Amino acid sequence: MLKTLPTLALCSITALSLLSTSASAQIKVGVVASSTGPVASVGIPQKNTAALLPTTVAGLSVEYITLDDASDPTASVTAVKKLISEQKIDALIGPSGSPNAMGVIQFAAEAGVPMLAPVGTASVVLPMTEQKKWVFKTTQNDEIIADALIAHMVKNGVKTLAFIGTADPYGENWSKVVEALALKHGIKVVANEKYQRSDTSVTGQTLKIIGAKPDAVLIAAPGGPSVLPQAALVDKGYKGRFYQTHGAALQDFLKLGGKKVEGTILAASLMLVLDQVADSHPSKKVAADYVAAYEQKYGQKPATFGANVYDAGLLLAAAIPVAAGKAKPGTAEFRAALRDALESTKELVATQGVYNMTPADHCGFDERGRELITVKNGQWTLLP
Amino acid sequence: MDMQIALILGQDGIINGAIYALLALSILLVFTVTRVLLIPQGEFVAFGALTMATLQAGEPVKLVWLLVALAIAEAFSELMLMRRTAQGIRISSSLVLKLAYPLALAAALYHLNAATLPMLVQAFLTLLIIVPLGPQLYRLFFQPIANAPSLILLIVAIAVHVALVGIGLLAFGPGGASTTPFSEANFEFELLTLNSQTLWVVGTSVLLIVVLYVFFNRTIYGKALRAAAVNRTGARLMGISPVFAGKASFFLASLIGALSGILIAPITAIYFDSGFLISLKGFIGAIIGGLVSYPLAAVGAIIVGLLEAFSAFWASDYKDVIVFTLIIPFLLWRSLTSHHVEEEE
Repeated sequence: MLKTLPTLALCSITALSLLSTSASAQIKVGVVASSTGPVASVGIPQKNTAALLPTTVAGLSVEYITLDDASDPTASVTAVKKLISEQKIDALIGPSGSPNAMGVIQFAAEAGVPMLAPVGTASVVLPMTEQKKWVFKTTQNDEIIADALIAHMVKNGVKTLAFIGTADPYGENWSKVVEALALKHGIKVVANEKYQRSDTSVTGQTLKIIGAKPDAVLIAAPGGPSVLPQAALVDKGYKGRFYQTHGAALQDFLKLGGKKVEGTILAASLMLVLDQVADSHPSKKVAADYVAAYEQKYGQKPATFGANVYDAGLLLAAAIPVAAGKAKPGTAEFRAALRDALESTKELVATQGVYNMTPADHCGFDERGRELITVKNGQWTLLP
Repeated sequence: MDMQIALILGQDGIINGAIYALLALSILLVFTVTRVLLIPQGEFVAFGALTMATLQAGEPVKLVWLLVALAIAEAFSELMLMRRTAQGIRISSSLVLKLAYPLALAAALYHLNAATLPMLVQAFLTLLIIVPLGPQLYRLFFQPIANAPSLILLIVAIAVHVALVGIGLLAFGPGGASTTPFSEANFEFELLTLNSQTLWVVGTSVLLIVVLYVFFNRTIYGKALRAAAVNRTGARLMGISPVFAGKASFFLASLIGALSGILIAPITAIYFDSGFLISLKGFIGAIIGGLVSYPLAAVGAIIVGLLEAFSAFWASDYKDVIVFTLIIPFLLWRSLTSHHVEEEE
């Protein structure tokens, strides 16, 4: 009897706490972030950001349930299924990685849960299918970033370009986008190389690039590994111009690259150069508020990946009042109404840019979602 | 492809191959002595590189607390063991020393300004932090199940690997790091620029292999380890303690791992989870050596390094595929040519 008493007490406490959470929160949002494993540098700021999202929207309380998927696509699916069946979530933010998000779409769509994916690859919303109708993407499509980079190349007389990207969905999609855009603008892609995120040496690829003698090199890799090819090319005496994608838009890039990344040009959201952007930019205030809130809570500046989750929260906060007018939270009708409301988002100002969703475009960024940035004296500097 | 490109690729392949060779030797040593396939070998590499980088950045080395925690766990399990035996609890001097060491190290790290120390001292400090992890891990996780079937040992090794990767993320964060090179000098030849770091890596690897060779052939401890590797029961009958052999092989494994990490850190950025893939390539080298022959394992590891460099040039998409597919023909060849003798399980 004495032994069973603590167990009983524990059970009742758990039951009570379960009751209290389900009673207090009227809307439940699942967040799946890769806060451990290989994508941790992306997932940690995202997990941290989940705690900054609005907890009351239009008089309804919102609860965020954050799970870690350890960067493993199988674990993402398990986590999402759990959130859907046990927590009965009304919306999903996440997962952090592109392969993880691709694997989850099917289950979110089957359950009719709107999903806001803060991932790099455009494949989660393009080409639009019946299932992908439930998915919204809170990062810039590669095309928007590539447009800006290629325009800069054309302006600066780049005739030949070498591409090197990671052998994953991020690098693959960039490779396709760059080949197509370069052809359109009369730039010749003289080398197209791949490397692994975990590689410790890219000597073979860099030799091939140097042998092709390109005017410029474009590197497409997510996070810190984007430095490796650039450092190797500089070491081997390559003197041309370097372009990087928004995957390199983090402080680690400057820390790891040092002098070797000086003069690199990349296009990314205004987060990197917030204090240099004109006050007239619609996103400046929203982004500054987010950075201030994050710094106050965690004592450091957030990586842009965190802002993608913050934007997902803002999109939801704008859509929830519309959906709540049509159906009761917790029902399938509410989730469908939420999806419709998200799809009709117009001129929503968020940290990364301005969202305008349409049934065909579930990403919704325009040129206000990117800035051309260069590295000057070891700092991110806005290109005029 | 001309001569110059071939030379540069060859140089690159040999640097990586030298590191893989060291890891292959260490995996082989641990496997023959304890039957443990040391999956966490790569974590010693990553921890070595990242600890060195943390010291150079002048930041606190959080990993030292793992050392403290493991020492406490070790002392606790010793005490539990004593309680079960008739002699009762006695605090031995070795027990106190084991507990005092990580605490003293933590205190020293707290007071030292590591960023200003000469590089050699930083490397030595790194070794002082990482190397004791090897014997500690053996004592806590492998010694109690030393006689279990090798499949169970393998599963425990995987568990330790997964746990260490998680601890690495906690201790070093998700960002990568690289260290300043040992020396900046470059040697220009007609066709090739030889980076001095290359010479450091290859030189240290060769030196270490020679030292290991002498150790195993000339010293009594080395011979004891070899004996334990050849025949565990026989060695035990001759008075060689299996506990000693296990701890010694894990000590060498963490030493070699941490050294490889220090060597490779100036060449490339290392992340908390980089170690696994590096040691996996060392493991392929060891497989080529049939998990018995040291010279063949070293040669195999160099082949892996060269193959990796050249396939990155010809078909960068399929580099890892090519390297890991290499294991299949070798396994086939091995199983067709060698007689398999079932050892006691």
